[in-house]
Amino acid sequence: MKAIKADGLVKRYKKITAVDGLGLEIEQGELFSLLGVNGAGKTTTVKMLTCMTKPTDGDAFLCGCSVTEEPERVKALIGVSPQETAIAPMLTVKENLELMCGIYGFSREKTAEKTEELSKRLMLDTVLKRKAGKLSGGYQRRVSIAMALISEPEILFLDEPTLGLDVIARQGLWEVIRSLKGKITVVLTTHYMEEAEALSDRIGIMKNGRLMAVGTAEELKKKTGSETFEAAFVSIVKEGAV
Amino acid sequence: MRMMTFAKRCSKELLRDPLNLGFGLGFPLVLLLLLSSLQRNIPVSLFEIDTLTPGMTVFGLSFMTLFSATLVSRDRESAFLQRLYTTPLTGFDFILGYMLPLLPIAVGQTVICYLFAAALGLTVSVNIICAVIGIIPMAVFNIALGLLCGSLLSVKQVGGICGALLTNLSAWLSGVWFDIGLVGGVFEKIANLLPFLHAAEAEKALVGGDFYGAVPHIIPVALYAISAAAAAILCFLRQKNRQ
Repeated sequence: MKAIKADGLVKRYKKITAVDGLGLEIEQGELFSLLGVNGAGKTTTVKMLTCMTKPTDGDAFLCGCSVTEEPERVKALIGVSPQETAIAPMLTVKENLELMCGIYGFSREKTAEKTEELSKRLMLDTVLKRKAGKLSGGYQRRVSIAMALISEPEILFLDEPTLGLDVIARQGLWEVIRSLKGKITVVLTTHYMEEAEALSDRIGIMKNGRLMAVGTAEELKKKTGSETFEAAFVSIVKEGAV
Repeated sequence: MRMMTFAKRCSKELLRDPLNLGFGLGFPLVLLLLLSSLQRNIPVSLFEIDTLTPGMTVFGLSFMTLFSATLVSRDRESAFLQRLYTTPLTGFDFILGYMLPLLPIAVGQTVICYLFAAALGLTVSVNIICAVIGIIPMAVFNIALGLLCGSLLSVKQVGGICGALLTNLSAWLSGVWFDIGLVGGVFEKIANLLPFLHAAEAEKALVGGDFYGAVPHIIPVALYAISAAAAAILCFLRQKNRQ
């Protein structure tokens, strides 16, 4: 079974079509990046796949569950780290993780176990007792990802996870994302080409709400006859060459 | 259980903000101290502690609107709510989770206000317990109004509307500073249409042991509280679905 199968997804806001007939298949355990310039429709696509907004038309199936018909079942399968750092700023890192455990109804033992496991996995041990709002941007994104992983999701959505971070923080976060590869399905939205190329198994390039091309970085370079991935991206977005 | 986890988080966010504690608790106490000191130095009875304190407890509650509106609005803007919308939390969990933690904070603020006033000379009696209970409808109104504003406005707008406008409206129209009957006219009519004056009058009656006298004032406040809660629930769920 495919981790994600989108079939003719459309989202319209009055006269604007944010996503226009998106069809997509993502395998289980794959790290798939949605790449595009601002306003390409990446975040809207993620919002529809995570049941945050209803598609105007079409449907998507996450591990076989429909986002339009079975949103509660879909919510139980996914973890989401939104574009903005969505953490409780006055709570400590540990309390933020415990909050998510409580929301998913974990027992006290499981809460302690998950908090310890994720703080080690995302290298948060040293900041567990610090208020989340006082941490650097890089650490806040790690907390955000840890919160998304609490529920042991089948599919993790990372919306622009390294936006606004410095090079060191970005590299650190890349390591975290790489460590997830193969264990769960990850859908990453980004407009950093080097990020998509470095992390992804496959990349989907979006423009004006449409999926222009899908493939590995190498495949996309070959298809456009480009030497670099950046040139391939520009070629696809500007000229529609695939 | 899920709702309680979320409510616990909201209470921590509120109580750990020094500005909340400073304004919500400190400001009404400072005003009580200043006005009762002023009363000692003027020949007319303007700010007698027995009549000043009930109004001040009502004025203090306007900060609950600011706190709840800021919390909801900040959660919306920071995408924290967006994250939580992808979890099993229901609309019911969100609404109660936001409203419940503020109720004990509001009651606690009222208790501290009366204790402080007692130290300044307020006549201490069992009636104060009734006054603390009697303030609950007004507390619900203020908290619900905050949820409503937080669902509709940005953090910046909340600061202006709930922080400046509402606190002033509450102060002027509850009769804390002066007898509204002395102004009369349209001002008095408006004050009688809104819940602030009724809440203050109910508190005064309860502190004075006039329980029957409090009822006609508690009823309009309770109606306002129910209406504000219904509007807040509708608006919150509407913005949740729109998200």
